[in-house]
Amino acid sequence: MKVNRSIEDINEKIRSGKAVVFTAEEIIDVIEEKGIAETAAQVDVVTTGTFGPMCSSGVFLNVGHPQPRIKLNEAFLNGVPAYAGIAAVDLYLGATSLPPADPANRNYPGDFLYGGGHVIEDLVDGKEIRLEATSYGTDCYPRKKIDTSFYLSEINEATLYNPRNAYQNYNVAVNLGDKTIYTYMGILKPNMGNANYSSAGQLSPLFNDPLLKTIGIGTRIFLGGGTGYVAWHGTQHNPSAERAENGTPKYPAATLALIGDLKQMKPKWLRGLNFLGYGATLQVGVGIPIPILNEEIMEFCAVRDEDIFAPIVDYNRGYPQREAGNLGLINYAELKSGMINIDGKKVPTASLSSYAGAREIAATLKSWIESGEFTLTVPAAGLPSVDAGIKLNTMPQRDPEEGEE
Amino acid sequence: MVKQKVVLRFPPNIVEQPTIYMLIKDFDLMVNILRADINPRKEGRLMMEISGEEANYQKAMTWLKKQGLSVMNLEQQIIWRSDRCTHCGACTVICPTAALNFERPDMVVRFEEDKCIVCELCLRACPARAMETLVDNSNFR
Repeated sequence: MKVNRSIEDINEKIRSGKAVVFTAEEIIDVIEEKGIAETAAQVDVVTTGTFGPMCSSGVFLNVGHPQPRIKLNEAFLNGVPAYAGIAAVDLYLGATSLPPADPANRNYPGDFLYGGGHVIEDLVDGKEIRLEATSYGTDCYPRKKIDTSFYLSEINEATLYNPRNAYQNYNVAVNLGDKTIYTYMGILKPNMGNANYSSAGQLSPLFNDPLLKTIGIGTRIFLGGGTGYVAWHGTQHNPSAERAENGTPKYPAATLALIGDLKQMKPKWLRGLNFLGYGATLQVGVGIPIPILNEEIMEFCAVRDEDIFAPIVDYNRGYPQREAGNLGLINYAELKSGMINIDGKKVPTASLSSYAGAREIAATLKSWIESGEFTLTVPAAGLPSVDAGIKLNTMPQRDPEEGEE
Repeated sequence: MVKQKVVLRFPPNIVEQPTIYMLIKDFDLMVNILRADINPRKEGRLMMEISGEEANYQKAMTWLKKQGLSVMNLEQQIIWRSDRCTHCGACTVICPTAALNFERPDMVVRFEEDKCIVCELCLRACPARAMETLVDNSNFR
């Protein structure tokens, strides 16, 4: 390989305003015209983006102490329960958390109009948040009850910490049953009435660094409109999933745990969502810069929608019952065309992840880098990749009442 | 010729009268019913497309109002809040008339009001709650 750039080389160029940056979508045509070697010689960074529903998201808050002090035991933010099983006035609010009074699916399919994701959006939007909490009272924390309100700017910390974001590939959901079903993949009409997918494809971060050669712990990223970092590999991280020759997985594979300061994020890129019949969640904007260290990394960034495949999965029975198998693989170019062919049947497609949003995120990150305000970081450690021997486990199901066999 | 989509609301006392028959017979209008509901208090709501001669149409509207019905144009009954739309596209496979559709290759959602039949499926299908209605549904849930 002729090109051998370090992150420090790239940062020098970023600081002097000379870095050459393209989005993962733009770079495809550049490579088409100039080839891998020449493009790698000229381009420093490729930016990626994704803007999809990411349920495994949430925020750690420290709301400060009232007088007298309290050890929060049960806490609600705008009526939505937050986890208080940590230090006195620390809380964790998860995106899918629901008010106890929400009728959920008792009135099927439930609307789930306001959950944790919506509280997070309201927080970032600078709205007043009501905090209602109770405790049991201790010698050090005598207060037993509090009902107050606060704004994001008034509390000590608000740290977005998302245990699983940026899924490297995802299922294409269909319904083989004869009734409409309501899922986290949206409304699925009977008899394969539609097929819903959720990935930005060629713009998606982990499709552009499929083997995790540049993204690692400490990689600085665009997160929710501010800057954040890769904290760890995400939950359910499964880099061992079967891959195509270009390195991209054919099934859901790698994931990332992300962290960042909520106070500098924007409501546009952290949107509370409600999926009919499923629940509340958060749409998270993520953008990751890929440093073009050499021709190999450049080649990964050349990936196109037509070369990335996802499995078509039945959400009426196959997925919920955890049955093995699928209805075949389909590429993202076909998915994005709006119509796919499954066993001779024409099925309209829709996405849950916003491609327009992904495009805007990649372009924003590009402008940050070009302006010199965003430099790249050298990862403190790599993430487990294809050679880590990771095997995805399912839940052990045994009867605790029965003795050891 | 006029072609207009309207929402009629019937008070309980006239819900049993053959109003649509009169529109056809006395005013020579063509009607295409899109949706009809009668709630437990016997108020009725009817959404339809009416076409015919302009003069007949205007006379019919006056007559309807005289009967005690409220008449509203159906366009602008469903509001697409572009500021809340994230352009995911989830609504586009739910909308039965493709009033909500996806513009390629820009990959953005577009709302064509004239194709909308106020079925309201999009209101609950949109995860970002970008679809709103001006139609008062409180008595029809």
